[in-house]
Order: sequence, then structure tokens, then C-alpha cells
Amino acid sequence: MADGRSRVRRRAGVRLWLSGGWLVVLVLAAVFAPLLSPHSPLEQDLFLGRMPPFWVDGAEPGYYLGTDSLGRDVLARILYGARVALIVALVAGTLTGLIGSTLGLLAGYLRGWVDVVISRLIDIWMAFPPVLFSILLIAVMGPGLVSIIIAIVVIDWTRFARVVRAEAMAQGAMDYPASAQVAGRTRLSTMVVEILPNVLPTIVVLLTLEMGIAVIVEAILSFVNLSISTDDPTWGGMISEGRASIHQAWWVMVLPLIALFLTVLSFSQFGEGLKDRFDPVLR
Amino acid sequence: MSYLTITDLSVRLAGSPARLLRDVSLTVKSGEVHGLVGESGAGKSMIGKAVLGILPRAVEIASGRIELDGADLLQLPAKEHRRRIGRFCALIPQDPLTALNPSRRIAPQIMNRLTDILGWEASRARKRAAELLDEVHIPDPERVLKSYPHELSGGMRQRILIASAFAAEPKFIVADEPTTALDVTVQKQILKLIREMQARHDTAMLFVTHDLGVVSKVCQSLSVLYAGKVVEATDIATFFRAPAHAYSRALLAATPKYTDPDASLIPVPPTVIEAVRAEVEAADEGWRG
Repeated sequence: MADGRSRVRRRAGVRLWLSGGWLVVLVLAAVFAPLLSPHSPLEQDLFLGRMPPFWVDGAEPGYYLGTDSLGRDVLARILYGARVALIVALVAGTLTGLIGSTLGLLAGYLRGWVDVVISRLIDIWMAFPPVLFSILLIAVMGPGLVSIIIAIVVIDWTRFARVVRAEAMAQGAMDYPASAQVAGRTRLSTMVVEILPNVLPTIVVLLTLEMGIAVIVEAILSFVNLSISTDDPTWGGMISEGRASIHQAWWVMVLPLIALFLTVLSFSQFGEGLKDRFDPVLR
Repeated sequence: MSYLTITDLSVRLAGSPARLLRDVSLTVKSGEVHGLVGESGAGKSMIGKAVLGILPRAVEIASGRIELDGADLLQLPAKEHRRRIGRFCALIPQDPLTALNPSRRIAPQIMNRLTDILGWEASRARKRAAELLDEVHIPDPERVLKSYPHELSGGMRQRILIASAFAAEPKFIVADEPTTALDVTVQKQILKLIREMQARHDTAMLFVTHDLGVVSKVCQSLSVLYAGKVVEATDIATFFRAPAHAYSRALLAATPKYTDPDASLIPVPPTVIEAVRAEVEAADEGWRG
């Protein structure tokens, strides 16, 4: 028992450090992008188009990760792209989690007509194809960072609502919320003080998953040119543009893809690690 | 002087005519332990939950009065109801494994009652929590106070729940099958502890159980339930000497004999069940909800 527990904790430790490390690097990159980028991400130089990264023969000094077909610095664009990815992940993820968890908690713990209304809303909501729904939303609201965030929140809150509802229901069926009410707590305060802390580990895991998903959704929307303005570098936009020259300059597409992959993976692993670290039963 | 008086209490599934409790009447005197016995689903726990105001969402009180210390609980505004229950009542729940919040340490879970209900300061509540754990014979209270529920055994958790039920000196406690989830060796200790605590604090108690052996040890009076109807209510001595109702006699006869573990179990005879069912149906005929 003690052995298994410490093994879980150690593995969680490695996972937490690796994924957390990448996320910290990413945040630093996003914050200090202007200082770190040797070139402007928008500066074009057609004579320096499709320069390979530094470890490949024929690389241009100063362009560490090469250039795209318009001669723009790939490193600078990845660094600036991290800003969009992180803003979307943090803002959209948090808002989605907040709205979805609140509704799920209310439905799962209060039950009755509150549950009926929220559950039916979730069912109806989930019947829309999500990708189509987001494209439709962006088309209506017009492209831009705010539109993307709204689209993600509007589509993904159901993910939180359903899982949190089920979890709150399971917790509500136990004896401790009833005991709390006998001791004079209102239903609402029981929900916040007694139930919420026990649902929180689930919410944290969902939240980090959601941040990864938000990054992907943003990349997908950029890929189909529905994200923010085409000038601002985004990973999805880079992948989309790089696709055209994948045979001549693989790095234009592959490098932002790796950044995207590592980021999404780190978010989900970070969540799992946090859960293992802070779950009182595993601790 | 009766502390709790329930009069013709009927409880039903919300929006359905089917009653789960049928005109239940009973009284619990101050400092007395009243047993509620019956088969699974007879509505034993339902009575306790109705008194404490923690009935499941799908269940509603159709008619009747629940008087606690002279005040009709069902007529009180929600806030006052909550205040009275919190101040004067407590619950010893059935399942000690789920009755403590798994994500909080023991100390705040006991202290909360003292700070919330009695308005004590945290330091005073903390000291009292340790005393309470000592009172329920938990060794090393300081260590236990710092523990999480999952680090403690079932018997230990039930002791903590008993301590926390008695913490704010309630006048009335519902013990909802407090030993059912425990193994037999621990059951005996916990029963002894409940009796000891009840006697020391002179608390009135509604003791829900399906074990007549337990009733004979703990209670002074009892009500026998069948299908949500009280078929017999009497004091313990009378019940075990001369049970009035045929169903009570059958229940007593069905109690397994410890002296002869190989003897086959005696079920309640079908004729008795038919008779008691007929009684229940007759009660339903006269009822307009």
C-alpha cells in the first residue's frame, strides 16, 4: 500500500515536472517573445525564403529555426504564436470550466427541476456537431481572438457540466452532505463547502484537458482561416501555410506542430499529475 | 415529558398517491431511546430523515405533524427549521465510510459544529474536539484530529461520528442503523459506546435498526413498522414479554438463535404477512392525501 502510493507519487512527480517545465518555458516564451525573437515575426524577405533550421546544411545564420516561404523567421512566429495559444488556453479553458462546472454542480447536487432543465440543455447542446457549430459561430461573430474564446466556451461547457454533474450526484448520495445539513447548513452552502472540494480534483483534470483542447480548437480554426487576422502568427495558421511547402520546407509545418503537440500533451499530463499529487486518498 | 411527538405523519413520492409512511405516530420522551424496527424498506430511516428535514428530493411530506420540544417543525420557516435542527438535533449515520467528508481532515469536521452552532472560537472548539475524541475512547486524539477519513478504520470513523453527533450537546439524536456497516466485533463496542454517551448526555434518541437484539440492549421503547405503518408501539419489557401484534411475534420468532447456529431460519409466515398487508390497505382506504 505504502509502496504503491509512493510509486504513484514519484511518477506523478516526474510527470508534473516535465509537463510543468514545458508550460513554464511556454509562458516565458510568450511573455518575452519580443525580447527572444531575433527578427520580427511579420518581417518578410523573399531572398531568404525557405531557409532550413540551424542543424541542416545551408542554414542562414540568425534564423535558428529557418524561414517560411515568405522569408519570415519560424522561431519568431512560434514564439508569438505561443501568445495566442496560451491566451486561448487560459481564458477559454477557465471560462468553460467555470460555467460548465457551476451548472453541473447545481444539476447534480440540487437535482429536481434544476437538473431537468440543465440536463436537457446539455443533451440538446451536444446534438450539434461541434466543429460545424464553431465555424458557424465564428462566421456570425467574425474572426478574432474574442470570437474564438466565445466559440470554445459555448461549445465545450457541456463537457464540464456532464462530468461534474455525475460526480456531484455521487458525492450527494453519500452521508456527509446530509450530516452537514443536519448540522445547520443550507443546501447551497453544503454544495459549496462540502461537495465542491471533493469534485475539485475532477474539475482540475478537466480544466487542463480543456486547455489542451482549446489550443487544438484554435489551431483548427486557424487552419481553416477562421481564427484571428491572418497577419498575426498562430500555430494553426503556420501549419496551414506550411502544408503548401511541406516537400520543400518541412520545418515550416513540423516545428509549430511539435510545439502544439507538446503543449497539448503537457496540459493533460500536468492535470493528471496535479490530481495524483493533491488527491487526499493518494497523498 | 415527550421531546419528540410525531402525529399521523404521511410521506409519499412527490406527485404520486403512493405513501411510503402511513399515518405514523410516535413519541420519544426526553432522555429516552426509542427503537424503530422493521424490514428493509419499511420506512424506518424515512422517519428519522423526515424529522431532520433531509428527505430525498423525490419524497415529500403529505400530512401530519412533527413536534420537537413543543414546536411544530413543519410549520416553521426554512431558516428557523434549520436553526432548530442544527442546535438541538444530530445524526449518527448508517455508513461511517461516507459520512465524513473525504477531502477534509477530522478536526474541522468536528469543530465546525461547535463554531457554527454554538458560535465558539476555533481554539476552544479544537480543544473540545480532542476531549470529545477522548470521550469516545479514541487513543491519541491529536493524531486522529490531523488525519483524513480514509486513514482511519470504519469503527474509528463511527466513533468520530458519535463524538461529533454529541459535540454540540443536542437534545435529540437520530441513530440510523449505526452498527450495520461495521463488522460484528466492532458492533458491540460501538453499541456500548452509544449507550454510554446517551446516558451521560441524557439525550433522547430515535434508534433505527432491524436487529431486535440491539433494541433489547439499547432502547426503552419501540415502534414496529411494516410498509410504512406502525403496527405496534410499546415499551421494551412488554414487547419482549408479550408482543401484542402477530407480526411482532413473527419478527421475534424469526430472530436467529445464537445458541443453535445450525437451526434453520424461520421466515415470517405468509398468513401473518397477508393479515398485516390487509391492515395497511385498510389504512389507505380511509386516507385522503
